[in-house]
Amino acid sequence: MELTTVWFALIAVLWIGYFVLEGFDFGVGILSPILGQTEPERRAILRTIGPVWDGNEVWVIVAGGATFAAFPEWYATLFSGFYLALFLILVALIVRGVGIEYRNKRGGAVWRQRWDIAIAICSFLPALLWGVAFANIVAGVPIDAHKQFTGNLITLLNPFGLLGGLTTLLLFITHGLVFLALKTEGELRNRANGLVTRVGLVTAVVAVAFLAWANVQTGNAASITVAVAAALALIGALVANRVRREGWAFIGSAVTIALAVVCLFLALFPDVMPSTTDPAFSLTTTNAASTQYTLTIMTVVAVIFTPLVLLYQGWTYWIFRKRVTVQAAPAKP
Amino acid sequence: MDPLMLSRWQFGITTVYHFLFVPLTIGMAFATAGFQLAWYRTKKESYLRLTRFVGELFLINFALGVVTGIVQEFQFGMNWSSYSRFVGDIFGAPLAIEGLLAFFLESTFLGLWIFGWGRLSPRLHLVTIWVAAVGSAISAFIILAANSWMQHPVGYEVNAATGRAELKDFFALLTNSTALITFPHTIAAAFMTTGALLTGIALWRLIRRRADDEGAFRTTAKVGATMLLVSGLLVAVTGDIQGKIMTEQQPMKMAAAEALWTTEQPASFSIFTIGSLDGSQDVFSIRIPNLLSFLATGTLDGKVEGINDLQTQYEATYGAGDYTPNTAVTYWTFRLMIGTGILAALAAAWFLFGLRKGRVPGRFALATAIALPFLPLAANSFAWMFTEIGRQPWIVFGLMSTASAVSPTSSTFDVLVTMIGFTVLYGALAVVMVGLMVRRVRDGLPPAVADASLEHDADAALGFGY
Ligand code: HDD
Ligand code: HEM
Ligand code: HEM
Repeated sequence: MELTTVWFALIAVLWIGYFVLEGFDFGVGILSPILGQTEPERRAILRTIGPVWDGNEVWVIVAGGATFAAFPEWYATLFSGFYLALFLILVALIVRGVGIEYRNKRGGAVWRQRWDIAIAICSFLPALLWGVAFANIVAGVPIDAHKQFTGNLITLLNPFGLLGGLTTLLLFITHGLVFLALKTEGELRNRANGLVTRVGLVTAVVAVAFLAWANVQTGNAASITVAVAAALALIGALVANRVRREGWAFIGSAVTIALAVVCLFLALFPDVMPSTTDPAFSLTTTNAASTQYTLTIMTVVAVIFTPLVLLYQGWTYWIFRKRVTVQAAPAKP
Repeated sequence: MDPLMLSRWQFGITTVYHFLFVPLTIGMAFATAGFQLAWYRTKKESYLRLTRFVGELFLINFALGVVTGIVQEFQFGMNWSSYSRFVGDIFGAPLAIEGLLAFFLESTFLGLWIFGWGRLSPRLHLVTIWVAAVGSAISAFIILAANSWMQHPVGYEVNAATGRAELKDFFALLTNSTALITFPHTIAAAFMTTGALLTGIALWRLIRRRADDEGAFRTTAKVGATMLLVSGLLVAVTGDIQGKIMTEQQPMKMAAAEALWTTEQPASFSIFTIGSLDGSQDVFSIRIPNLLSFLATGTLDGKVEGINDLQTQYEATYGAGDYTPNTAVTYWTFRLMIGTGILAALAAAWFLFGLRKGRVPGRFALATAIALPFLPLAANSFAWMFTEIGRQPWIVFGLMSTASAVSPTSSTFDVLVTMIGFTVLYGALAVVMVGLMVRRVRDGLPPAVADASLEHDADAALGFGY
C-alpha cells in the first residue's frame, strides 16, 4: 500500500479515536444539567469523565498535527477555510475544559450552576460543528485552482452539513447516555438507561438518513456496507441497553460511531477534500501529501507509539472501571 | 489594519498568553513530584500537605495551559496557511509527534494522578506524577525544536519544482544547535518562574500568617528561593551560549538587541538608553565597555556587526527589502528579559538571607514577595517577544517572510473577530484563574489525607477530583 493511503487510514483512526472517546464526554457534558437533578448527581456525572476527558481531547490535537504532517495542503485548506467554525469550536473547547476543571474548585451554587450551563453549551457546540465540518468535507466545498477555499461560514451551513451536525450531536448524546448508564448506579443509572431507547431511536433515524444521503452523493460498495453495519451496531446497542447489558451497549454505540467515521472516509477516498468548483481542483491523498521521507518517519513513530498510547489509556479506563456513586451533598457549600 | 498585522497580533497575544502557563506547568509538575517524592521517602505529614497544596495550584494553572495550547495547534492552519503549505513537510512532523509522545502522556497520567489517590499504590501514584512531569519536558523539547527550525532551518531542501521546503534529515532537526541550547534555557527559565511563585506564596504566608504551618512554608520558601537562584544561574550560563549561537545564525537579531547601527570592535553594551534608537541622533546611555563583544563572540574585543552593514549584506543575498526588525522593541525586550530575571534572582538571595536560622523577613518584604512571581513571568514574555520579533521580517529565517505566510483567505473581519474573541475570553479566564489561586493560598495547607476518601470527599473544595 502507498504510504499516503496508510496515512489517510491513520488519520481516520485518529478521528475515530477522537469521536468515540470525546464523543461520550461531549454527551455527558450536554446531559449533566438535564440528567443530574441535584448537585451531588451532577457532580457524580462529571466525575465519570473526570479522569479521562483530557486524554480524550488529545486525540483531536494529534489528528490535527498528523494532518499537518502527512497532508499539509489538506490541513492548510481545511483550517484556513473553515475559519470561523473552528474558532467557535476552539472557544467552546476552552470554556468547557476550564469549566470541567474549575467547577468544583470553589463552593457556591451560583458558581457551579454557571459552569454547568457553560459546560453543556460548550459540549453541544463542538458535537454539532464537527459533524457539520465532516459532512462538508465529504460532500465537497468550493476550492479554487490554488487550493484555496472560496466559501464562508454560510457555505458550510447547507442542509447536508446541518444533517451531519445533527447526526454527530445525537450520536454523541446517545453514546453519552449509554456511558452514564454504564458508569453510574441507582436512580441516575435508571434514568440514563431509560432515555437511551428514546433518544437512540431518533438518532438511528437521523443517522441512517445522513449516511444514506452521503452514500447517494459519493458512496461506493464498501462505504454502503459499512453504513449498514453502523446502523446494525446502533440497533444492537439499543437492544443491549434494554436488557441492561450496558457494557455491550457501550461497545455497540462506540462501534456505531467508529463505523460511521469509516463510512465517511471510504466515501471520501481518494480525495481528502473534493472541490465543488471543479473536480480537477480537488485535494487528494497524493496532491495534498508530504514527501515520502516525512511519511516514513511519521509511520515509524506512529507504529511504535500508537499501541503504547492505547495501552496506557486502556489501563486508565481499567483503573477507573468502578461505577461512580452519588455522594451526599457537600458539607461546606 | 490588514489581515497580516492582525494575524501577527493574534498570534503574539495567544502565544504569549499560552506561555504564561507553560513555564509554571513545567516547573510545578516537577515541584509537586518532588514534594510527593519527599513524602514517599520520609512519610512526613507536612510533605503530603505540601504536595496537595502545590498540586492544587499546579492543576489550576495546568487547565489553562491545556486549553490555550489547542488554539496554538490550530492557528498555523487558520491564520498561517501559506506557511503551513510551505513547511508542512518539516514543521508538521514535530507537532504531530509532540501530541503522540508528550500530550497523551501528560494528560493521561495527570488524570490518573488526580483521581488515583488511594486507588493506586503510593508508589505507582508517585510514578504517575513523575511521568506527567517528564511528559511536559518532552513536549517542551519537541516544540522548541520546531521553533528552533524557524530560527535556524536545518536538514531540509527547497524543492524547485513545487517551491516547498522538504525534510531531508529529521535527526538534524532534533539536534539543531539552536534547539539544544534553547531547551535548557527555557526549562531553567520555567524553574525560575516556579521558584519565584513558591517563594512568593510561602513568604506571603509566613509574613501575614506566621502561626499557621510555619515549618512547611519555611521549607517551601527555601526550596523556592534556592530553585530560583540556581536556575537563575543556569539561565545566565545558557543564555550566554545562546547569545553566541544567535550572533552566528542571526547576526541581525544581536545587532537589533543593542540597536547597534554601525559595526564596532570592541562593542560595548548599554544598560539603558534615553532617546531614539533609530540611529538618527546621538543618545544618552550608560554603557559597559566590551560586554557586547563578550556576549556575542566570547572575546572581549570581538567584532559585532552593525545593522547598516547587515542590511547591505542581506540585500545582496536576498534582494531588495527591509531586513531590520523593530529595534526599539528588540532593544528593550532583551534588556527587560535579563533585567527582570536578575531582579528576581537578587530578591531570592535576599530572602534566603532573611530566612536564615529561623528568622522571617519583616513586613517590608511583603510587597517584594507578592511582586516576585511576576518578574520571571514577565522575563519569559519579553524573551519570546525578543526572540520572535527579532527574527522579523522572516517567519523562517532566510527562507520565508512573515508577510508571505499569512492565509490568503482570511479577511480583516474574520481575524478581527477571532482576535477580539480570544483576547476577551483570555482576559476573563485570567481573572477567574488568579481568583482561584489567591483563594487557595489564603486557605493554606489542606489536611493530610491521601486515601480513597479523598476522591469521595464530600467537601469538594478540599479534594482534587470532583
Ligand atoms: C517550552 C514549552 C512550550 C512551548 C514553547 C509551547 N508549548 Fe504548548 N504546552 C507546553 C509547552 C510548550 C506544556 C508544558 O507541555 C503544556 C502547558 C500546559 C500543558 O498542559 O502542557 C502545553 C500545552 C499545549 C497543548 C495542549 C496539550 C494537552 O491537551 O495536554 C497544545 C495543543 C500545545 N501546547 C501546542 C503548542 C503549540 C502549537 C505551540 C507553538 C506555538 C506551543 N504549544 C508552545
Ligand atoms: C515554540 C513554538 C513556537 C512557534 C512554532 C512559533 C511560531 C511563530 C509564528 C508562526 C509566528 C507568526 C509570525 C509573526 O507573527 O510574526 C510567531 C510570532 C510571534 N511569536 Fe512565536 N512561536 C513559538 C513560540 C512562541 C512563544 C512561546 C511565544 C511567547 C510566549 C511567542 C511569541 C511570539 C510573538 C510575540 C510573535 C509576534 C511577532 C511579530 O509578529 O512581530 N512565540 N511565532
Ligand atoms: C543573563 C541573562 C540572560 C541572557 C544572557 C539570556 C539570553 C537569551 C538570548 C540570547 C535569547 C535569544 C535566543 C534566540 O533568539 O536565538 C534568549 C531567549 C529566551 N530567554 Fe533568555 N537570557 C537571559 C535571561 C533570561 C531569563 C531571566 C528568562 C526567564 C525567566 C529567560 C527566558 C528566555 C526565553 C523563554 C527565551 C525564548 C526561547 C529561547 O530562544 O530560548 N531568559 N535568552
